[in-house]
Amino acid sequence: MHPLAVAATPADLLAARLQMGLSLGWHIVLACFGVGMPAMTLIAEWRGLRTGDPAYQLLARRWARAMGVLFAVGAVSGTILSFEMGLLWPGLMGRYGQVIGLPFALEAIAFFIEAIFLGIYLYAWDRLSPRQHLLAGIPIVIAGIASAFFVVAANAWMNQPTGFDERHHRIISVAPWRAMFNPATPPQTVHMILAAFMVTGFGLASVYAVAMLRGRRDRYHRLGFALPFTIAAVITPIQIVVGDWAARFVAEHQPIKLAAMEGVYVTQSGVPLHVGGIVVNGHMRYALEIPYALSLLAHGNPFATVIGLNTVPPTDRPPVNVVHLSFQVMVGIGFALLALALWWAIVWWRRRRAPASPWFYRASALAGVGAVIALESGWVTTEVGRQPWVVYGILRTADAVNPAPGLVVGFFIVASVYVVLTIATVYVLRLLARERPVPVAPQEYDADESGAS
Amino acid sequence: MTLATVTLAVLWVGLTLYVLLGGADFGGGVWDLIAGGPERGRETRRLVEHSLGPVWEANHVWLIFVVVVLWTSFPPVFASVASTLYIPLTLAALGIIGRGAAFAYRKVTTQLWQQRLFGAVFAFSSVMTPFFLGAAAGGIASGRVPLGIARGNLVTSWWNPTSVVAGLLAVGTAAYLAAVYLTRDAQRGHAEDLAEYFRRRALITGVVVGGLAVVGLLVLYLDERSLFVELTTGRALPLLIVSVVSGVVSLVLLVRRAFLAVRVTAALAVAGLLWGWGVGQYPMLLPGVTVQEASASRTVLAASLGALLGGAILLVPSLWWLFHLSQQPTTVRQSDTAPRGGEPPGGEPPGVEPPD
Repeated sequence: MHPLAVAATPADLLAARLQMGLSLGWHIVLACFGVGMPAMTLIAEWRGLRTGDPAYQLLARRWARAMGVLFAVGAVSGTILSFEMGLLWPGLMGRYGQVIGLPFALEAIAFFIEAIFLGIYLYAWDRLSPRQHLLAGIPIVIAGIASAFFVVAANAWMNQPTGFDERHHRIISVAPWRAMFNPATPPQTVHMILAAFMVTGFGLASVYAVAMLRGRRDRYHRLGFALPFTIAAVITPIQIVVGDWAARFVAEHQPIKLAAMEGVYVTQSGVPLHVGGIVVNGHMRYALEIPYALSLLAHGNPFATVIGLNTVPPTDRPPVNVVHLSFQVMVGIGFALLALALWWAIVWWRRRRAPASPWFYRASALAGVGAVIALESGWVTTEVGRQPWVVYGILRTADAVNPAPGLVVGFFIVASVYVVLTIATVYVLRLLARERPVPVAPQEYDADESGAS
Repeated sequence: MTLATVTLAVLWVGLTLYVLLGGADFGGGVWDLIAGGPERGRETRRLVEHSLGPVWEANHVWLIFVVVVLWTSFPPVFASVASTLYIPLTLAALGIIGRGAAFAYRKVTTQLWQQRLFGAVFAFSSVMTPFFLGAAAGGIASGRVPLGIARGNLVTSWWNPTSVVAGLLAVGTAAYLAAVYLTRDAQRGHAEDLAEYFRRRALITGVVVGGLAVVGLLVLYLDERSLFVELTTGRALPLLIVSVVSGVVSLVLLVRRAFLAVRVTAALAVAGLLWGWGVGQYPMLLPGVTVQEASASRTVLAASLGALLGGAILLVPSLWWLFHLSQQPTTVRQSDTAPRGGEPPGGEPPGVEPPD
């Protein structure tokens, strides 16, 4: 490949990054529901089948309907991303497309399975026996989790590029499986898949928490809250352990990213943990310092050495405040969700019932949004923390971007489309949440046969 | 045959399936667009909706398949195409998002104004997307996308005679295939008047698309002589003949109301054109770049082909089941909750099925 003859302007580079960030940040929320929602819907359907409880059956139908909408929008917003990989980052794809191609090819297969069985699940509700129908849903769950694994494996490769040899910017050999199972793949994929279930669980539960605060405390709403909340609550402590694993991995393999996450400039031992704070002129200010805590957390030894940002030139450092802040937000929300989960668990353990306090439901109503914010912050941490590299240590983002003029215009057009899309999606989901009664087969009929068009 | 050629063939099979299945779904949107006012077009729109509903997402995945296989197997080609054809591909991407989202939203909304709004977005983007994808294809076919990142002209690479004809041909083909498939769907649902409605439209678009294909050849003669020569006198000639003969046979079958058989011949007519292009251009992918030169390393090709083969074992029976179910009549359970406001549409849930 030719080296770049023309470079993109800084404005175009920024536009490309914003566009990618926007489309990815948008898609990631839907993708989480795509991973988590089929499992929750199937559990509700299964409980409904086993117990004959109409509340479970209604929940399954309603969630299936919402799932249909979310999956459709997720499918197309994911397609845009595959386009943007080339439209915005031809320098990445032209050189490394073949190295990260395998997980994407596998992802395409998994996504295919998901789309096929979702079509069957939603449209053939009446044409299959209840048992068959339930079984038809299982491939959706498996394929959804597999998709998440493959896509995140490709992203992990950008953090830990392995499995290829190149000379003079030319790939001379590739070991695609080794690239896919790069060292960052295990912590990153597990962390992401658990996050998907937390976002779905807390997200769904928050809808019912709002309804319960408004006085609708019948069995349907109680179950609609309890089922997803319990799943998310069980996952939360596991996620915190996995998050610790992921952070130790970063400390080991991407020390500059860790330094940015923690705002550490000078390499030293026995480094304190900065809670909060902001970096001004290369110094962490206004942070609560916990002595030795960072060394202990990152390397398991209070006197361990933590590498600082000063070890690399300023052009090789990510924007520290963005990374530090987003990391803090993610961790903070994670622990808040853990506290909420403990509240739930303790009341269950001692009284065998759900908490009665409206404060619990107020907090739960916020948990859905909180989980999404944590998700986005975590994603900002890993993506911005990798900057200025698109492939860590090998290819700079600025060298990967499409040098064609007008990316700024493209960004504004794409951004306006996403604004409209967001409004429409929220509007339609609200309509679905209020819909009564829920049709038998979620997508079998037009919503209103008598309505025209 | 080398591994790279095999991969290219697999890519082209994916592209063909996308055009035949995903294309028809866009065509459904075209018919939705010109179905008339809410009252007059209701039956048409309902048929389109029932046909697309269960299958469009699965059909859409063929596009992702093509994109992913392209970047994995021929990375420099993908980078060159995406960076030079940045404008039409961005517009196509926006069309894809508009079509998919609006279709899903229209499905679940109840108010007329909501359905009209989402319906308009769905229908409009169903025209826009195939046009820009076709225009991009025309740019590649006419050799306007050179190797290298954003090396081609950002505008004339897709706004040129070949691209415009290719874009129109893509929209026309989509509409034609949809009309052909929907005719059969309507017939199976015992909606004889709708079947007749789409039969007329299939005939008209069949003639129009045939004419466009002829115009396309003339444009190629002026614009990209080498591909024209390959198509009319070279290796690709048999495929062109298959396409023309199938096109003519399709018209006869439509006149004679052989609605199932015409699915096969209509698909052949379109596939013939697509493979004619592919064979005519082979082994050049971009000007001066052959399949061998652009291909990824052997290990990558082998791993991806192996993965796809393994995937096919899962996919083929699953797809068969989906199409099989979507072509079956519904048995409506008369239990608890019937849909609001009217009787359920028993026995009429057709889907755009593969030409079997």
